Amino acid sequence: MIWILDLLILLLVVICAIAAINVRDLLSATIIFGVYSFLMCLLWAEMGAVDVAFTEATVGAGVSTVLFIAAILHTSRRSKD
Amino acid sequence: MRQLQQRVETQQQVGESLITQTAVRLLVPFVQLFGLYVIVHGHYSPGGGFQGGVLLGSSFIMLGLAYDQKTVLRLMSERTNILFGNLGALIFTGVGALCAIFGGLFLDYSALDVLIPLGPIEWRSFGIFLVEVGVGLAVMSIMASLFWDLGSAGQMDEGL
Repeated sequence: MIWILDLLILLLVVICAIAAINVRDLLSATIIFGVYSFLMCLLWAEMGAVDVAFTEATVGAGVSTVLFIAAILHTSRRSKD
Repeated sequence: MRQLQQRVETQQQVGESLITQTAVRLLVPFVQLFGLYVIVHGHYSPGGGFQGGVLLGSSFIMLGLAYDQKTVLRLMSERTNILFGNLGALIFTGVGALCAIFGGLFLDYSALDVLIPLGPIEWRSFGIFLVEVGVGLAVMSIMASLFWDLGSAGQMDEGL
């Protein structure tokens, strides 16, 4: 564990989370959410939980992004609130 | 010339491109091989039934994204997909129930020693492998059918 790298990735995770909530375009929010998932995967792999990191990389960054985009294409792209 | 341009534009609207299709066609066998590797080596290394199943399912998702929904359904029909999913659940529950029938607890693999005498330690390792094959099949089927239903709004014709 390198705590400087931990802190850097954690800072990026927080920035991605705030950006994904605040952005108006739902497609952008989905892509930022994928970035968030991949950074979480990096953080977990760096902390030694390789199994959880593997799950996060496949489900969080891979499949759920595609499913969100599929849902957005059949509904509206703009956020109402 | 104008017709060709129009055709290219409509193709771009649909989202089919030669680069993506070729890349996916080259990538899909390796993704599936890696998924099988992750399932089989689940009890030695990181990974397991769930992650390998997601990898196998995402290979069908990639095919559905790059090509048409019909191409994917020709390779793997909906009926086969449902069969695989139910077979996975049956393997998981069946191995657990067999353990209970032969005198152990549910999913207590060492009870299967009376079936084939390998020793309880070997059976604990081998039983995890059997269960993970079931989990992988079920997760592959669910991931593929989730994308098929979401991508085509339940119609199973066009896809994204």
